[in-house]
Amino acid sequence: MSDYISHDHEHDGIDRRGFLQCMAWAGTGLLWTISGGVLVSKTLAQIAKAGEPLPAMDLSFLQISDSHIGFSKEANKDVTATFRIALDRINAMPTPPSFLIHTGDISQLSKPEEFDTFDEVLKSCRTKDVFYVPGEHDVLDGSGKLYRERYLKSVEGKGLGWYSFNKNGVHFIGLVNVLNLQAGGLGQLGDEQLEWLEADVKDLGSSTPIVVFAHIPLWAVYPQWGWGTSDSERALGYLKRFGSVTVLNGHIHQVLQKVEGNMTFHTAMSTAFPQPAPGTAPSPGPMTVPAEKLRSMLGLTSVKYLQGKSSLAVVDSNLN
Amino acid sequence: MYTSIARNKSVRILFAISFLFLTHFTLGQAEKEDAGDGAKKNQIVIKDFHFTPETLTVKSGEKITWINRDEEPHTVVSVEKQFKRSTALDTDQEFTITADAPGTYTYFCSVHPKMTGTIVVVKS
Repeated sequence: MSDYISHDHEHDGIDRRGFLQCMAWAGTGLLWTISGGVLVSKTLAQIAKAGEPLPAMDLSFLQISDSHIGFSKEANKDVTATFRIALDRINAMPTPPSFLIHTGDISQLSKPEEFDTFDEVLKSCRTKDVFYVPGEHDVLDGSGKLYRERYLKSVEGKGLGWYSFNKNGVHFIGLVNVLNLQAGGLGQLGDEQLEWLEADVKDLGSSTPIVVFAHIPLWAVYPQWGWGTSDSERALGYLKRFGSVTVLNGHIHQVLQKVEGNMTFHTAMSTAFPQPAPGTAPSPGPMTVPAEKLRSMLGLTSVKYLQGKSSLAVVDSNLN
Repeated sequence: MYTSIARNKSVRILFAISFLFLTHFTLGQAEKEDAGDGAKKNQIVIKDFHFTPETLTVKSGEKITWINRDEEPHTVVSVEKQFKRSTALDTDQEFTITADAPGTYTYFCSVHPKMTGTIVVVKS
């Protein structure tokens, strides 16, 4: 899939064509699979039209991101309500996901009451297992202690809260790239976490499907806005030998995708407010859109794994 | 607000002595001093993920105030831990310190580390 990036002038792994294509997908819902190195994509509308039933899935999970509970500015004055709508969508799915992954920024200001509201609203979700990685808004005290106490109870968190687990033969890795950030830099994993990652995957067979999730993108989406992770290349280096690696991120409040060899990178929509496309505004702050358009720019991401095939299908759907 | 000549001079002098000091600032309550043109004296505005002015020169003993005009929370953190870090500043919240010993101090937003700034303190 290396021909996907045709003009990488900024050396940031994305070209105009690819970017526009990705943005065209955002909010429309897209299913893609990679099988034998061939990328196949269909919009949800196409699938519905053709009447093709989705095959039985061995594992499905759902990514939600950037809830920003506590935010109440112009871009969305009721982020709790839109988060609730996202959960209603999950509850309405004919096949409930096995678990949820939340890729950070649960809260706006790391306040206990914001986390309380999130936890309370989440109780309405039929799917109870949730795996978390922090966003920078969740660790504004600089340590992330409160966050870890609340959201890492069900996993064996190492260091600042990274961990891995296995489900249906898929190896999941939750990484932390929002702590101990350096002046002038980007997101950062740090040596301790990278060494742990190297050891964590060392004994896995290359055919093991890998899913990596972290808040800030693990690819250089737009470093000028801090949308990247300074030492992500080293992390990805440990994963290059695997036949299927899916990287799921949040942070940028919009769907962007990139495919590089056996690695697919995907960022999710927020449930709170959209952010501008890279470089299209003075800053990456919250983007205010007409009220009737807001829900089309918020959403969630469904991921399905078919056992025996090295393919994961990723479907984005908005809250309209 | 200040000239580049003054800044360069102060940098030259203060580089030599800055290593002598460990704690250079003390925390203080926000005090609003009007420079007469509507802009607050020694105020650094946080807007569009930038500190403006990016470099501010003040006299020892003066107060420096940051105010966040973004819808995003930001922090003010000394790179060399030379003054106490701010809490997360929400929209329109301020953070004030008092410049103490002369020196050059770099700081950044620990939430958005691309955001950096410098304070130069000269003798009063």
